[in-house]
Amino acid sequence: MAKALSKPPEEQGDATETEFNLVGKPFRRVDGRAKVTGQTRFADDVHFPRTVYVKLVRSTVPHARIRDIDLSAALAMDGVLGTLVGAEMPDSFGIMPVSEDEHALAIDTVRFVGDSVAAVAAVTEDIAHAAALAVKVEYEPLPTIASVAEALATPEPQIHDYADEGNIHKKVSLKFGEVEAGFEEADLILEDNFFYEGSNHLALEQHSSVAVAEDDDRVTVYSSTQCPHYVHRALTKTLGIPSSRIRVIACSNGGAFGGKSDPFNHEAVVAKLALKLGRPVKITLTREEVFYCHRGRHPVQMNLKTGFRQDGTMASQHLRTTLDGGAFGSYGVASTFYTGALQTTTYKLPNYWFESARAFTNKPPCGPKRGHGTPQPRFAYEVQLDKAAHELGIDPAELRLRNLVEPNTITANWLRIGTIGLKECIDAVVKGSGWKARYGKLPEGRGLGIACSAYMTGAGLPIYWNHMPQSGVQIKLDRSGNVAVFCGETEIGQGSDSVLAVVVAEVLGIDIRDIRLCVGDTDLTPVDLGSYSSRVTLMVGQAAKQAAERARDKISNAVSEHMEVPAESLVFTGGRVFPAHDPDKGIAFNEAVIIAESRFGTLGTTGSYIPPRSPGRFRGAGVGPSPTYSYSAAVLEVEVDPKTGLYDVDKVWIAHDIGRALNPVLALGQIEGSVYMGLGEAMMEEQAFRRLPKHLSSSLVHKFPSMLEYKSPGFHDMPEMTCYMIETDDERGPYGAKEAGQGPLLPITPALANAIFDAVGVRVDQVPIHPDLVLKGLHAQATGHEARVGPAEFPDIDFGEPLIVHTPEQGGDGRAANDPKAKRKSLRSSSGTMKERDEALKEHSSATLTTD
Amino acid sequence: MPAEKRIKGDGSGIPDGMTGAVLKVNGDDYPVVFPTNHTLLEVLREECKLTGTKHGCELGECGACAVLVDGQPVLSCLQITTDVVGKSIETVEGLQHGNDLHPLQETFADLGAAQCGYCTPGILMVAEALLEKEADPDDEQITAALSGNICRCTGYNRIVEAVKWAAAKKRGDDWRPDEELFMGTEIPK
Ligand code: FES
Ligand code: FES
Repeated sequence: MAKALSKPPEEQGDATETEFNLVGKPFRRVDGRAKVTGQTRFADDVHFPRTVYVKLVRSTVPHARIRDIDLSAALAMDGVLGTLVGAEMPDSFGIMPVSEDEHALAIDTVRFVGDSVAAVAAVTEDIAHAAALAVKVEYEPLPTIASVAEALATPEPQIHDYADEGNIHKKVSLKFGEVEAGFEEADLILEDNFFYEGSNHLALEQHSSVAVAEDDDRVTVYSSTQCPHYVHRALTKTLGIPSSRIRVIACSNGGAFGGKSDPFNHEAVVAKLALKLGRPVKITLTREEVFYCHRGRHPVQMNLKTGFRQDGTMASQHLRTTLDGGAFGSYGVASTFYTGALQTTTYKLPNYWFESARAFTNKPPCGPKRGHGTPQPRFAYEVQLDKAAHELGIDPAELRLRNLVEPNTITANWLRIGTIGLKECIDAVVKGSGWKARYGKLPEGRGLGIACSAYMTGAGLPIYWNHMPQSGVQIKLDRSGNVAVFCGETEIGQGSDSVLAVVVAEVLGIDIRDIRLCVGDTDLTPVDLGSYSSRVTLMVGQAAKQAAERARDKISNAVSEHMEVPAESLVFTGGRVFPAHDPDKGIAFNEAVIIAESRFGTLGTTGSYIPPRSPGRFRGAGVGPSPTYSYSAAVLEVEVDPKTGLYDVDKVWIAHDIGRALNPVLALGQIEGSVYMGLGEAMMEEQAFRRLPKHLSSSLVHKFPSMLEYKSPGFHDMPEMTCYMIETDDERGPYGAKEAGQGPLLPITPALANAIFDAVGVRVDQVPIHPDLVLKGLHAQATGHEARVGPAEFPDIDFGEPLIVHTPEQGGDGRAANDPKAKRKSLRSSSGTMKERDEALKEHSSATLTTD
Repeated sequence: MPAEKRIKGDGSGIPDGMTGAVLKVNGDDYPVVFPTNHTLLEVLREECKLTGTKHGCELGECGACAVLVDGQPVLSCLQITTDVVGKSIETVEGLQHGNDLHPLQETFADLGAAQCGYCTPGILMVAEALLEKEADPDDEQITAALSGNICRCTGYNRIVEAVKWAAAKKRGDDWRPDEELFMGTEIPK
């Protein structure tokens, strides 16, 4: 397709400066005005006359059979209109097809304090609240599991009976290359244990949903969700009405960070009650309930063993992880793989063995949080590299530079790498921080630490296996000159609406204000899978670009006939269309649309995006592939008080390979927000639990389900930040763009640990790095012990027979060499009836995403 | 007890446990009837339908619900409504002048100091109270004023810069944040 010049040639100076109309320029986000005037409509701002309010009755015990639910007192209250219990919605749902283990309301078992048991609907929220308190639930307590260790020791009773083994939800062992031989070749082998605590997203907006019944089997649900399409699927399962009659509208999210990417039981509850009561039904969770919904960062224990050669290159790595999953599957199967999948994307690792186990525990379910499963092993890896650099006498920045993955290569675990700007990232933060002159040379108590990372620009595979686009865009344009863009994407604060608008405006050469967006509405907009895995800029951007280019081509064809000039010569810019050689002959954009509408009739185009196929063919290869990866490097400067262990992060230098910044001011916001959230996890955030003493029920409860006690950084905690954006112009992204919203979080926690080591010589191998841990290390140091704080050991787990996969270097074909289940019927050959096809799809989905 | 059985004997027709009042919000009169124990946050959002004011905790922990009462920042989730009857209440909806944005609104929108925008109304109101007192606040004053507000998206630094930029605009000063905040820092050679 001919690329239209965006400026007449005579105006073109330096190509990089004038290549684009809008791309690369800082502009006010399209929803900026609405956000600062209070007009943005979040789910709890949606109001309908006659709304009924719902409260959930939540379990007060961590694990129990439900003996009886007595609703009579609640139903007798004035203003109570109805109730709902699990038996009325027996069908299960869950984000991953392999772990659909959730119900709208508990059927006969509660699995954590906060699990939903029943729902009460009333004319006011106050009455619903009082009525929920009046519901009496009788529980028969079951043994509880608080940790991975307890899950291993307590196979019975099972929290879910579909677990791989006892209370171990999922086990993985994947071996790429000659791992043992690699270790033999190594000059230095380091083996360390690490722990990364779980944390909550703490999105400022509490989850809210409003359902409106339009007929006896037709319902619309407005919700604070990142993934309206997946909510749509879950509602189809739970409501038992055709998906064509369920409409999900994703409102702008007041922050999400992964915490609103599962379909939630409360969404099903309000939909069902709206159908039952024939009135609009609303639920808004309290902050405490948000901590019970959770889906936050998994607490992960890690054992990392790496073999280094004298020159700092790596010969082999063996990573073992455990995930404390909480009470449901959620995205956990994917999270499990993610604690190992991206380990190969930054540095050359010829041989790699990854083993992992996710446990079910009687706590709120963990799921995806910014960086999904990868910040934990990244912490371990980058801290260990720092240790190796010291052992080998190589500068830590230099050690990383010696190991960089080459662009356009395939890793040992079969991930296809696109462009890589990590060298430029490292150079930028090294120079910016004055690393060479200052690292290791600052006065006692002051230190610098470096770390790097990579992240996906969109998951290569959808959550459920299918052949359809992962992102779709429709464009409608008419004689007014206004361009309406329809897309299922969801604005969660990251600026996805602005990405969609800028791409269309760029292609058509029009003002961004001449675009009207309709997004996140499953009835009106083509499917986009949602705002997760950093997929929106690339996937929505490419679908939008295709739709806009098709619209531009249609207009070009009509205008070229009309003007009698070649279509390829037409330029779209500044709201005008003109031949490149004769700008004066131009017409306004809306006149051009009139010519096209007269020529072709009603105008509309579509665009789709499907990621390229990944070369990995082994079971488990579905997690990790991405069209391309973003890269980050960070240097942190800290000052530690050796008397107290208290420390301040004074300055952060962060460089991010963003491919291209479509709107630099928004891109910088994503980078800075990621650094902030990384600092929160590094310094203080933790979703922690405790057992109450025996006389207080010995319940397993959340330590602090409130914003005050759950510590997160405030204004005064923020260091100065310097952000460098490295543009690698990746051909897989729209205008070369990659993601920015997750990757820059990853290097922050290890860079802090490494900086503390530089400052006072103490290794803290766990996060959050509380000052008392630093102090403990300082005491150990002063008394002649190893100045290290962190887990002493890793649990003894049999991860099962590893799946052996030969690496590209070994001449492998991307398949496992020893997989008894590998010879599956190909999906394409299994056409035939719809049912056969569905079954094949189901089988394939579990084959791709799990190791069964 | 159904509402009709709880009508107060004072001839107001208002049931026991409820209060009828006129609230003055952004200069407009809002005659409202609300449960007497309801907070200003609840009454603004539910009775006045002014949903610009947000909530993140309803326990005084996040600052999302901040509004101005007689020019002072107040956490509306902790403010009993009956205590502010007759006082002047300002919310984010009243910040702009006609169709023109307030300088704070402009700078927050242009500098990316509002991402999801959920913390924004509360932060704007607290910042407005600061600018009314202090025409040229420094970083420390801004940080201190906003120390009760949580933002999970931005990393805060842009908010501080946006407040300084708005203060400059208000003063008629042409100071603006460093170009680095719009384009990123130049890569060191
Ligand atoms: S809602 Fe008032 S402080 Fe959080
Ligand atoms: S912009 Fe989202 S919480 Fe501040």
